[in-house]
Amino acid sequence: MTLTLTLVMSILLAVAMLILAVMAVRGKRSLGISILSAGLVSLLASVMFLLLGAPDVAMTEAAIGSGLTTFLFFFVLSRVRRGEHD
Amino acid sequence: MIKRLSLILLLAGLGSVFLGLMLTYSADESLNQTASYYAEHTAKDLGAANIVTAIIVTYRGLDTLGEVTVLFLTAAIVGLVLAQAKRREPGRALPPAGELLLTGTRLLLPLILLFGAYVFIHGHLTPGGGFQGGAILASAMLLLLLSNPLQRFSHRLITVIESASGALFVFIGVLGIVYAGGFLDNRILPIGTFGELFSAGAIPIIYTLVGLKVGAEFSSMLVSLSETEEL
Amino acid sequence: MLVTIAMGCGFLLILIGLFGALNNRNILRMIVAFAVANTGVNLVLVSVGYMRGRTAPILNDAVPVAEAAARIIDPVPQALVLTAIVIGLGVTALMLAYAYKLYQTKGSLDIAKHSELKW
Repeated sequence: MTLTLTLVMSILLAVAMLILAVMAVRGKRSLGISILSAGLVSLLASVMFLLLGAPDVAMTEAAIGSGLTTFLFFFVLSRVRRGEHD
Repeated sequence: MIKRLSLILLLAGLGSVFLGLMLTYSADESLNQTASYYAEHTAKDLGAANIVTAIIVTYRGLDTLGEVTVLFLTAAIVGLVLAQAKRREPGRALPPAGELLLTGTRLLLPLILLFGAYVFIHGHLTPGGGFQGGAILASAMLLLLLSNPLQRFSHRLITVIESASGALFVFIGVLGIVYAGGFLDNRILPIGTFGELFSAGAIPIIYTLVGLKVGAEFSSMLVSLSETEEL
Repeated sequence: MLVTIAMGCGFLLILIGLFGALNNRNILRMIVAFAVANTGVNLVLVSVGYMRGRTAPILNDAVPVAEAAARIIDPVPQALVLTAIVIGLGVTALMLAYAYKLYQTKGSLDIAKHSELKW
């Protein structure tokens, strides 16, 4: 197995994505950090799409997954400020 | 305790199914029949350089019509669920947003709109297209909402843009049935030379309409969410 | 090898997202877990179309028209995933609107307090 740059980058991206996903679903941290971690997972997945040879999908995931979804979450979070502490 | 254990069991079963799928998967050596047909006939018949755009707009255009319909339903339901009876005038006046945000908004807003329009007009030449351009247009609307949270947006303008784009999209599709091969066929306009802006028949027009419609729908969702009263 | 890494990461994201959706009690955390699972599904679908030694399906100077069928990867999964990402955002927006309405009726985001439909 030849260690090309693409392979090293994909391994780093996969490890970072899994760590951030575990941070996003644990119930111990505050809700803001969970939402930001989910947005970062989308951003790293967009880079992974580029490595897999899909530039259209990478653009769509970056604009929609890590842009609009994170903003939607924070809008709703600011309206339910009191139900956050569970 | 039982709940946690059954959850772990369910995930372990699902994980073993996934592992079986992964171990027996081997990538193809050459393109299968559908993909090789698309690869060989896109440049000759349709004149588009971006094969994914050609698939979404013409070869599988009916799926795009279904997706546009689902997005329209989503925006309508969000607007219905979050409707308020009448918005009271806010008793307190918010302090204006910081100088940096206001100046940055005035500088960046036209650039973002221009970039979004560029992305969905050049959808058939470079990576991009209607959905990406529409999301960028909605980001520009989001910047406006952030810098001035109490601004009133006219729902009427957004509704007019969205309805007109949707109706024109279906109308061009029906024109394809009347004048050319089938629904959403792009040969109603001349194909032109490969690689220029005004080429590939009606693909730029169709994708522009899809981009405007998607941008208007996302903007209407954001405006509905921001108009809810604080409890 | 790249396909194995991407597919494995995608499947693990699906499992983590499902665990978060079934384990948490706060409604907003459940929706965040669903968004992570959505990303995992899209990653698995795109990794199926990849082939070694080939490049993206756009015809320009690097991939001339005559040898397109021998130089590009499968374009059909990418078209399907584009649709899936956009509709995923629509479903997330719907879930958030309903979560806000639930909060307005009871004043709490804990799913154990909304028990009118339990028998």
